Order: sequence, then structure tokens, then C-alpha cells
Amino acid sequence: MGDYQGYRTPALEVLEKYEAQIWSDVTITTDSGNFDGLILPRSETADEKHIVIKMITGYNVGLLCDKITDIKINGRREANYKIPEKEFPYTEGQPRVKLFGTGGTIASRLDYRTGAVIPAFSPGELYGSVPELADICNLETEKLYGVFSENIGHEEWIGLANAIGAEIEKGVDGIVVGHGTDTMHHTAAALSFMVQDSPVPIVMVGSQRSSDRPSSDAAINLINATRTAATSDIAEVMVCMFGPTSDQYGLLHRGTRVRKMHSSYRSTFRTLSDIPLAMIDKNGVKPLKQDYKMRRPDNNVKITPVFDDRVSLVYYYPGMKPDIIDSLIANDYKGIVIAGTGLGHVNRPLYDALDRANEAGVAVYMTVQTLWGFVQMYVYETGRELMGLGVVPTANMLPEVAYVKLGWALGQTDDLKEVEKIMLSPVSSEITEREPHNGYLLYQGGIPEVEEFTSRNWK
Amino acid sequence: MAKYAVTNPVLTDPLPIYGSWTEEDYKDVGLISGLEVHQQLLSVRKLFCRCPAGIYSKVHDAEILRHMRPTLSEMGDYDGTALMEFKTRKEITYLLKNETVCTYEMDDAPPFEIDELALDSAIYISMMMGLQVVDEVHIARKQYLDGSIPTGFQRTAIIGVTGSIPLNGKSIAIRQLSIEEDSCREVQDQGHDMIFRADRLGMPLIETVTDPDMKTPDEVASACEVIRQLNRATGLVRTGCGAGRQDVNVSITGGTRIEIKGVSSIKQIPVLVHNEALRQRALLAIRDELQGRGITEESIVDNSVDVTELLSGTGYKFLSKALDKGMVVSAVPLSGFEGLLVVPTQPRTAFLKEFSDRVRVVACIDRLPNLLSSTEGIETLSSSEWEKVEKATGVNHGTPVLIVWGNKRDVKTATAEILIRAREATVGIPEETRQSLVDGTNGFERILPGASRMYPDTDLPPEVLTSERLDKIRSSLVLTPWQRLELLKNDGVNDDLANRLSINQLFILYKELRDLPDGKNFNHNQLASLLLDRDCPRPKSMAALQWWRDAVKDVADGKNLACGIWLSDNEPLAQLEEAEAKELFNKAVAELDDSLSLQAAMRPVMENLRGRFSGAKIQSWLQEVK
Repeated sequence: MGDYQGYRTPALEVLEKYEAQIWSDVTITTDSGNFDGLILPRSETADEKHIVIKMITGYNVGLLCDKITDIKINGRREANYKIPEKEFPYTEGQPRVKLFGTGGTIASRLDYRTGAVIPAFSPGELYGSVPELADICNLETEKLYGVFSENIGHEEWIGLANAIGAEIEKGVDGIVVGHGTDTMHHTAAALSFMVQDSPVPIVMVGSQRSSDRPSSDAAINLINATRTAATSDIAEVMVCMFGPTSDQYGLLHRGTRVRKMHSSYRSTFRTLSDIPLAMIDKNGVKPLKQDYKMRRPDNNVKITPVFDDRVSLVYYYPGMKPDIIDSLIANDYKGIVIAGTGLGHVNRPLYDALDRANEAGVAVYMTVQTLWGFVQMYVYETGRELMGLGVVPTANMLPEVAYVKLGWALGQTDDLKEVEKIMLSPVSSEITEREPHNGYLLYQGGIPEVEEFTSRNWK
Repeated sequence: MAKYAVTNPVLTDPLPIYGSWTEEDYKDVGLISGLEVHQQLLSVRKLFCRCPAGIYSKVHDAEILRHMRPTLSEMGDYDGTALMEFKTRKEITYLLKNETVCTYEMDDAPPFEIDELALDSAIYISMMMGLQVVDEVHIARKQYLDGSIPTGFQRTAIIGVTGSIPLNGKSIAIRQLSIEEDSCREVQDQGHDMIFRADRLGMPLIETVTDPDMKTPDEVASACEVIRQLNRATGLVRTGCGAGRQDVNVSITGGTRIEIKGVSSIKQIPVLVHNEALRQRALLAIRDELQGRGITEESIVDNSVDVTELLSGTGYKFLSKALDKGMVVSAVPLSGFEGLLVVPTQPRTAFLKEFSDRVRVVACIDRLPNLLSSTEGIETLSSSEWEKVEKATGVNHGTPVLIVWGNKRDVKTATAEILIRAREATVGIPEETRQSLVDGTNGFERILPGASRMYPDTDLPPEVLTSERLDKIRSSLVLTPWQRLELLKNDGVNDDLANRLSINQLFILYKELRDLPDGKNFNHNQLASLLLDRDCPRPKSMAALQWWRDAVKDVADGKNLACGIWLSDNEPLAQLEEAEAKELFNKAVAELDDSLSLQAAMRPVMENLRGRFSGAKIQSWLQEVK
């Protein structure tokens, strides 16, 4: 048995015939000519008929196995994709920062199995490639998980909360969590609820361009996040990602008000219905808000690592049928967060189902799919009727945040009155008293004054 | 001092200029050269997004800022170029125009699927060169940390390998043809700041790489011309300013492959190749001289000294100005380099420039002069200042000391770079990418990148090229320029017309016409002459093409061509005497509409003269009267 990673019949048979395992340096004779190169592993999602070789120029090409008449093996050379892992230098007097790795694009590289990127870097390799971190702090790293963020759920949230709690008790000066960006705002919300009254900054960070690209945002984000954790006096759960798409400054977003708003832009994270906590660049943190919780010298923190995952987030659409709600009741769900239209509405056919949910003791909360703005269920008759069916408005809590908070609340108690009390008592600005006018700034491109602004400022 | 006298005639004799060497001379130094010919494809869209291709502008709507960091290759190595570029710490600004740039070029969105029409064009041209087309296209990322691409890499893929083209009775091997994205246009590169326009970024182009089969500078230019002509013959490539660029690889026996980048005109090639051969010859002689003196990589140590204080009162204006701005000065002694920094490596260029170039590019100290040498023999510092510098660095008079100034960080980089270049001189010729300069010499651009900059593109899966697709393309191949030439000559077309028509788009129409049922009866020389007549519509617009199609049809129907020439006439048209021609010309001019432009006026004027008298002459008459 040799190593023919990823190859299937008929290409596999050809390789086996000539005992040409992956990483063999070969000359392949085909009926149209010769090809010299290194046999590479094959992605499992690619077809079974081609053999991939890396030519001396570094280019890869695929050859149809039917055409191959001979393979001569000249040697072997295996790829060793590994960033030199350097021991982090200790500098007396620098703050102590703990970096938790969970995976995601900030720590990803090529995977031969799928041909796409996978989370693979150890946090050690991360700072091996970003030596600037040594000027900021004394860094300790720990790999908690190695997954893309879509695979992070309540178990990981609980694991992270406990790990952070333990570090704080040990007297760390700041925490950085490397995380995939897709669900970073879910985890940020979960940590905002599970880790309360932290004496130090807890900074989540990721990247939109993987660290195997020269123009990746990973290094700058990591530097900004580490600087925040080490030096900032904002002792809250934050997301630290690019402000503009340019390599200019990062923004510190409150964990409960932040959301990923673009599938690929670097500047994808935005604070909704409020403004970010601060800006961060190589000169340090520049606060934009004043109402944050201050860093403290003690090691006290309140960890509430609980979650009931029998909660669902239902995105309402016109024509939704009651069976959606009924199936959740039938499957023993304990809580439902609805992302309703406008000020917080659903259609009339759902009323009976919502009534049944109420009867069954399912906690139902209303958020808005407009994302910006408050739920207001008095304005229209529909809202009042829904409240009559036990649907509770959640002010300006973001739908994903409400989902996380409801699971966390149900993890603490089954008493729906108690759950409602928890849901409606803001822990970390997930509900705010007021929405400032600049909490909603979606400027429309193409308009002269906007174009004038964008031509003068970094994007 | 005497022991360091330079006696090698290569270093002491005047440099032989281009034109003075014979084929034998190039053979003696062992010149070999290869080409990388880039040609933009005539596509509507860019290669990996749906932005329009070929629209350039001088204004922009927005700017973004990026930095680059080196990353590992697929094989786990850092590329030397990437590490060098990282030392330059460039702030890179991209100018964006809404019409021509989307989030893809900004590196804020993953690629879309490859433009299949552009891919077809690349396959087509690969087949024209007799290359083996790959069965499955794998897109790679080729690292470019010079800022010319916002991602820091170019998406590129091999389409064909191993073919050949004929050149003056011999065969030039084509190593590979790839399809790739074009880069940004550089607007400015000053100090640590670079500015690029992103409009050209992402346009599809093909790169044809030859083996180093060319043995003289002129042969390199001829090979380039053949490849260029082949590309153009397909009608699938863009032409005009900037649409074709080539990199020329040069080495001599004992030398190193040097890539001269971005040569836009084929005419420049021979002088550039010649001068690079001279440079390598000189650098090898310098290496031998250093080795003879016992100088090795290890023996060159950092004895640099900060001489900022020492030179604080200097009267040398470049330095005094810098000192006023609070800059620092470093003196780097180069023991063992006595008499060598002034030897010529290229016309008007001394060995010292190798050091100056590195300081300019890597340390970004780019205001010239950016370094001084104590042995340069031109008026810079006073002799007492040089004495102080020599004393501070602990060397005797005659031992070169280089002085470099700038901000602290840049001077540190510059000092290190001078030592790196000095050590390289003891080994031979460093592998470099060099820029072509207008005077035919070349200058350092960056360390030559290698296979270590390649990484598979994880954003797009490999694409299988089906045999149906390849067969379809193969069946539509046109003749290569050299096949066309043969056909034209066999048809009895004279050499001049045959040469011109074989590389002209209109050959396709020529072939359509001569392949008509009674095409063999045409006067082929006449037809070729007519097709190349500047007065007939060029096949650039749809309307012009239609004009020609109609002409073809007319001939097929046994009619006259629209422009009034009997093509089926076996006898050439009777040539007019100048006086007769002038008479017809005057008559035509008298009937001319005054509002017509010079170009537009040619047509009615030529009505009765076409094929019977020199068009060029008539044009000059017309210019006189208009």
C-alpha cells in the first residue's frame, strides 16, 4: 500500500501500476509528449481521471490518465508547508496576553483533501509569521479548536467562556480569540453573556483573506487585536476587524451590536444601531464611545457557561405556513426568536400556531429583519395581536443576539417569567436605550455628495 | 596598493558597443537567451471577473491602501523576491475607477469562474504553436509583492507545454504558454510610496516562454517578432501600445539567468541583450579578481560606522541638506574592492551602480546620488572629509568606502544591502530581475523569483478541457504566418507583399478569395496588393468587414470588385506614367468635396488610379494640395 492521497480509479490504477506515489518526482510519457514534475495529492472533490503534477516552474497541470503510456520515477520531494515556529520572546514589563485559537481564515491554509483552505495553523505559527506581536506583549497561545466558524456552536462557546474565565483568574492582562468570521458575531454575543464583568479586554479577531495570501488582513488584525488586549482600558467583549477595506485602522465593535455584513469585504463587520467602541491602529486605541466598562486590576469575573440549544431563529417570509412553528413545538423546542418584518410582524395564518406555542410553554421573542431599529409592536394592530399571543418584543436586539441570549437564558431557568426578565435586562448593550442618528449610516453609492466623500477618504 | 592593480582587459579595455561583435564573439562568451512574450487577449471582459477589459482612464473615483507580506509556497519555502520586497516596506495605493474595477480587483471578493472565451483563445494560440495542451487546467497564484497586484499574487495557469516555432531555418523550442491576469499600471514609485491604477488589472493575457535557444541579440529580436506575428495572425490578441510586452532572459557561460523585464519594443531587444552580456562578462571578471585577492563571502564583514557627527559640517550640498533634515550617514568600507567600483559593467555604467541600485530599490533611498564612493574620482566630499571617513572606518587611502544617508531605518537597510551585494560579487552574478532603461542598459529591479512563489489557487477548482472542446478549436485553426508565407509565395505573390500579408489580418480574406471556385484564375499579386492598399477599409469595424465580404461575394458572382479592379484579369494593370497619373489626380481633386479629411479624400482620388500608380506618391500629392 502506497500513498496515493485523493486518487481514485482509473487514475489510481495508473499510478499504482507504476508505483508512482504522491510526491514522486516523475517523467510521465503520454501519447502527446512527456511531462516532468512532482505528483501531487488529488482533491477528493475533483474527478477520478486526472493526475496532477507540479512542474519545475512551480505550475500545476492535470493529465488525463488514459493518455499515459509510462511513468518513470526519478526521485521524491515532499512539500513541507510549515511556518517556522519560533518561541515567543519574553520581555520584562510587557503586558501578558493570552491568544486562544479556534480556527477560521486567520489560521487557514491549503488542504489537499478538498483543494480549498482549512484551518490549520497553530497559534505558534501565527506569531512565527507576525513577529511584530513581540513588541506589543508577552503572548501565550492555546489552540482550543481547529474548525471553520460555521462549525462552532454552544459547546465551543461554553468551552471558550470557561477557558477565558480560568485565564482571567490567573491574572492575564488581556484575551484574544482567533475565530472564523462567519459566526464571529454569534460567538461574540455568547461570550458577552457568558463572561460578564471581565476586568480585562476580550478581543475576537479573524481575517477575510487567509493568511496564505500576501495581502491578507490577518496580520494587521492580529496586531490590532493584540494591542487592544494588551493596552486598551476597554474591558468588554469586542470584535476587532478592519474599519475601511484599506490597511489603515481597525474598529472595536461591541460583541452584542456587531454583525458580519458582507460576504467577502475586509471591512465586513459593522456596529448596528450604534457606533463602534473605538478605532485601533499602530498608534493605539482611540475611543469613539465613553460608556464602556473600564479595565480593573482585580481578577474577578462572572462566568455563566450555560446554553439550551432547543432554541430556533425563524426568519419570517410572506406566506410562511404555521407548520414551521408547529414543527418546532412538536420537536420540543423551548424558545423561538422570530426575525419579523418591519417593526416586528408576521402574517395572520401564524397566529394559531403562535398561540399553540404559548400554550406549550415555548418562549417566543420578536426581533426585526431590518436589522437596524427597534421592534415596536403597538404601532400596528398586528403587533398588538401578536403580543396578545405571548410574543415578546426585544427592543433593538439583533436577531442572532436574541437567539444566543434566549438559549443562554433557557440554560439558566425554565421559568418563562425569569427568562423574560433575563431577556429584557441588558447585559452589554444588546438592548440600548436610544439609537443615535449615526447608528444607521448606509450611504448610497452614486450620489454626488457620497461620491465626493468616498473619493477623498480611504475605503 | 600595487597588489590590487586591475589588469584584466575585460575590465580595463573600452566596452565593445552593440554592432561591433560577430556571431563568433557571442559564441565565445556563450550567450544564450530566451523570451517570455506577453500579449493581451482581445477579450470583452477581464479574466476572473465581469469588468470590461481594455478601458483605460487617467482619472479615478476612489483609492485603497494595502501592504504586502511574504507567504510560503506550496512546497513550504519563502521566495527570495518576496522577502526582498518585504524589506522595502511599501505603502501601496490603488486608484480605482467605478467602471473598470469591482470588488474582485480590490481583493475584496473571491474570483468568478474563468472567462471561457479567453481560455479558448489561449488554447487556440497554444495549438498554433504546436504545444501539447494540458488536459486539466490548474489555476496557480504567482506571488508578486512589488505592489502591481492588490492580492499580492497573479492568477495564472499553464495551457500548453513543449512546442516550437521556426526561425531562419532552425527551430526555437517553446517551453510553455500560460494564461494570466494583467497587472496594474504603475503611476508612481517614490521612497516607500507606490501608486497604481487598477484599470488594466485582471485583463487576460498570454505568456509564451521559449527555451534559451537564441544565441545572438538579433536572433532574440527575430524570435520575438515571430511569436508576436503568430499571436496577431490569430486575430485573438490586442495590439497597440502596451498590449504586448516581453521579458528577455540572458546568460553567458559561467553567468546567471537574468530577466530583463517589461521590454515594450522589439527594437530595443538586441542592444539590451548585448549590454547584459557585457555586464555579466564584467561581473565574472570582477569575481575572478576578488577571488584572486582572497576576498570571500565570509571575509566581508560589517565594519560600517555612523559618520553623521563626523560629516556634520560638510559642504557637499546633497549631504548637508540631508543632515539638516536630521538624517543619518553610514560609511561602509569595502576592503578588497580597490580599483573595482569604477570599472565599467555596461556603457556609461560602473560597477558602483550595482550598489546604488540595491540601495535605491531595497532601502527606498531613491533620490540620486544615493551613495558616494571615496574612490569615485569625482568632486563630492572634500579630501579631508574622506580622510576622516577612512580613519573612522579604519581603512587606508585607496580602499573604497561607500557613504549612504537617509532616515535611520532606511540607512540600516541600505548598509546591510551594500554588504549583501558585495558578498554576492565574490560568488558571481546574483539572480535578478532587471528593468530595461531607454539607453539600452539595464538596472536592478528585484531578486529573480523562482518556483517558490507558486501556490495553488484554492478559490477555484481545476477545469477539465474536454476532447470535444479541444477538437472544435483545432478544427478552426488558421495558418501560421510561416505557413501563410509559403502559400503566398506558391501563389506567385512577390516577396514584399507576401511578407506583409502573411502577418496581416487580411490574409484571412485573401485566403477566402483565392479559395473561391475561380479563385485560381485571379491575379494573386494584384489581390495581395489591393488587400494591403491603405485606401481600402481596414477590417477593424463590422462595417469594413462587411465591405470585404461583399467584395468577396461580388467576385464569386463574377462581378467587379466594388473598388473597380478586375481581379480575374491575369495581366497586371497597366502602370501609368507620372504625367498621366498626375492628370487623373488633378481631375479627381477638382471634383473633391472640400470638407473631406485627408484620409477620406484618398478614396475618391484613388478611384481611377488604384493599382496603376504608387499610392504613397498620390498621398504625398494630396497632402500638398490639401
